[in-house]
Amino acid sequence: MSNEAVLQAESAIATHHEAHGEHHDHHHQETFISKYVFSMDHKMIAKQFLITGMVWAVIGGLMSVLFRLQLGYPDTSFPWLEDLLGKFWAEKGHITAQGYYALVTTHGTVLVFFVLTAGLSGTFANFLIPLQVGARDMASPFMNMLSYWFFFAASIVMVSSIFVETGPFSGGWTAYPPLSALGDASPGSKTGMDLWLVAMALFVVSSLLGGLNYIATVLNMRTKGMSMTRLPLTIWALFFTAVLGVLSFPVLLSGFILLIFDRNFGTSFYLSDIFLTTTNTALPNEGGSAILFQHLFWFLGHPEVYIILLPAMGMVSEILSVNSRKPIFGYMAMIGSLFAIAILAFLVWAHHMFVTGLNPFLGSIFVLLTLLIAVPSAIKVFNWLTTLWRGNIRFTPAMMFAIGFVSLFISGGLTGIWLGNSALDIHLHDTYFVIAHFHIVMGVASMFGMFAGVYHWYPKMYGRYLNTSLGYIHFWITMIGAYLIFWPMHYEGLAGMPRRYYDYSIWESFKNFGELNRFISTVAMIVFAAQILFIANFFYSIWKGRKVTTLNPYGSNTLEWTTPINPGHGNWVGEIPEVHRWPYDYGKDGKEYTSQTTPVGADESHH
Amino acid sequence: MKFIHLFYPLHNTFVNEISLVNMQTATTANPKWWNGGKSPFNVEYGKLMMWYFLMSDAFTFGAFLISYGTIRFSTNGWPDPNVVFQSFPFLGSGLPLMFVSLMTFILIISSVTMVLAVKAGHENNKQKVVTNLVWTIIGGIAFLSCQAWEWTHLHHEGAWWGANPFLNADGSQSSTNFTNYFFTITGFHGFHVFSGVIINIIMLIMTLNDTFEKRGHYLMIEKAGLYWHFVDLVWVFVFTCFYLI
Repeated sequence: MSNEAVLQAESAIATHHEAHGEHHDHHHQETFISKYVFSMDHKMIAKQFLITGMVWAVIGGLMSVLFRLQLGYPDTSFPWLEDLLGKFWAEKGHITAQGYYALVTTHGTVLVFFVLTAGLSGTFANFLIPLQVGARDMASPFMNMLSYWFFFAASIVMVSSIFVETGPFSGGWTAYPPLSALGDASPGSKTGMDLWLVAMALFVVSSLLGGLNYIATVLNMRTKGMSMTRLPLTIWALFFTAVLGVLSFPVLLSGFILLIFDRNFGTSFYLSDIFLTTTNTALPNEGGSAILFQHLFWFLGHPEVYIILLPAMGMVSEILSVNSRKPIFGYMAMIGSLFAIAILAFLVWAHHMFVTGLNPFLGSIFVLLTLLIAVPSAIKVFNWLTTLWRGNIRFTPAMMFAIGFVSLFISGGLTGIWLGNSALDIHLHDTYFVIAHFHIVMGVASMFGMFAGVYHWYPKMYGRYLNTSLGYIHFWITMIGAYLIFWPMHYEGLAGMPRRYYDYSIWESFKNFGELNRFISTVAMIVFAAQILFIANFFYSIWKGRKVTTLNPYGSNTLEWTTPINPGHGNWVGEIPEVHRWPYDYGKDGKEYTSQTTPVGADESHH
Repeated sequence: MKFIHLFYPLHNTFVNEISLVNMQTATTANPKWWNGGKSPFNVEYGKLMMWYFLMSDAFTFGAFLISYGTIRFSTNGWPDPNVVFQSFPFLGSGLPLMFVSLMTFILIISSVTMVLAVKAGHENNKQKVVTNLVWTIIGGIAFLSCQAWEWTHLHHEGAWWGANPFLNADGSQSSTNFTNYFFTITGFHGFHVFSGVIINIIMLIMTLNDTFEKRGHYLMIEKAGLYWHFVDLVWVFVFTCFYLI
């Protein structure tokens, strides 16, 4: 690029900023459509992601309640279920086997992709990146809007798959062939699977458009003085998340394209030597490999769990520091461990495939790389604990959820060390031990990160507070409930109880878990009810919550608290503030907090 | 001398890329780059996004080609490309790899004309931008036409997704995955070339409407150029994997 073009590009950026500043000062016309629907304001797009994600969380959560009903009460008939859901899902008051697998599959897909990817990083990357790096908006507000609407389209297609005659896809969220490749294999492998693939392809596009924007914004749009090592850890985490997404989703897309060809155009990428009992035919497909799909899937699938987890880690770091009134412990170590996790994320996918027919020698390499992740994870855990250590802790609901995240991450992380061993995995693979592990460490922990983020930044989003008492009730029920649901599953898994079975009561070896399963199901329903409480709190508080009256209610250092209480499009009135220090000067030189915008004083101590 | 001049802008793009790799060095050499308020790589956001998009797309193609390699080397026997690809329009059979060499040549030449268009953009020379863009578009369409002919020809010989009329090099029955991968991956690449041609046509229309003249710079052409070069580069790998190995 010639210098001339560079200069022009820079002036282009500058004018872009000026233009934004301009239309903030002069009140510019906004219609309902441009403000709430096809909005290009990153804050509104964040809210769109959040609320769509919440709708999905309710759908996905309700599905888990339904299949827990089957697992807890396999012998009881609930006639109202058939009235409500129809014969396909609940014949004679029992969840049908087909319905059960459809519920499990859709629950997984929805929670992993639509709630904890789009709902989590879609919300907080959009909301926090421009506000915390000091930018008027994303690098490309238009692409940002497209990102949401591709997600919306994916959502519509996925929802519609629930209503087709043969039901949604039912072969598990991992969509392994041949079940996903052969329409004749099961009812859910017909139209439901086609819609599943279309929805996921749209989702990949949405994730790509969003990710490119997050990366470009973090790199290019930082305000003056905001060097990379003055970024809040939320931004570092969201940046690595975006990089992971941009580099891993395309591989999944390739895998899906090959799957689409196998389904519809007579190819044999994943198929070989198959006899189909449903139609009593031997298929002509030769030479494909079902394991190939597993490689392509898990090359995304493993980075995906970090795509889910990293934003939660970033937000938790920020919230713990703010509410301990202490600098985050080991800022550079935190960045380094995020980086290490991001790199290792790409090198461990085959630990999902230890018993799939993988070369054992290859397995041993993946064991080593997998166990290496314990190092950066432990660094993060100890840094969180040392941030809390002797802190002046304020137990806000956000802080409770952040501490809960640390607890869950430790509990779930330790079982990861078991599962990362290929020898132990022979016993543990596909048992409830795995379910317990990943729900605690990735599912519930990231949910806690998301809750922490919502409680913490809600005042910035809506200019009002969430109800704190309801927040505490929400926290304690969810926290205790999560452990009561998933802790016993370790025990079931160690005893050999496999996952994805429809009815354990007919198995002599697992019959004795009937009571325990009923207990888990009951707690799951109570925890789900507590989430309804949160949602009621959320929507009530948008209109009726206690109003925010000060600019910086938490005494926080980061830039989002220098904007007006209800920031308009463009975020700051007038100039964007300049940054002079890192974001974690809490309790420095006897001052409770020192905003990033405060210039460094002459006699100030070094941190 | 003319030759060096010709590749100068392309060379410059790569220099820019090297600064991206050496970001740490750049920080120490010039501390201001990373301190906020400006782009650390000296590029506007669109070009940064294009680079990241190309990395993403490289992973898509990488996944395809690695899948192909995995299946090919776990299969006993594979057809000989010199036998499969030996036809040339109007000249008949017995000319192994001649036609694909022509296709590759066309695509590489279109990359050269793209470089010239980008260079003309740097010089704000509208007429030269238009001329070279037109040549690039013609090159792209020519490549796509060649591919269409080759696909049609193979289809007439009985090859398609799920159907492979060719025998392995050792004379044994071949798996359909030879044609499955061939049509899927060259098709996916062809789709990229097609998108590139559309992008270049849009660039041409914008140039003719003086959009870039009014902006004062031809940066969009440069971004389109990045995409076009990437698509060419991918072809080199696709070509190697399917026709040479």
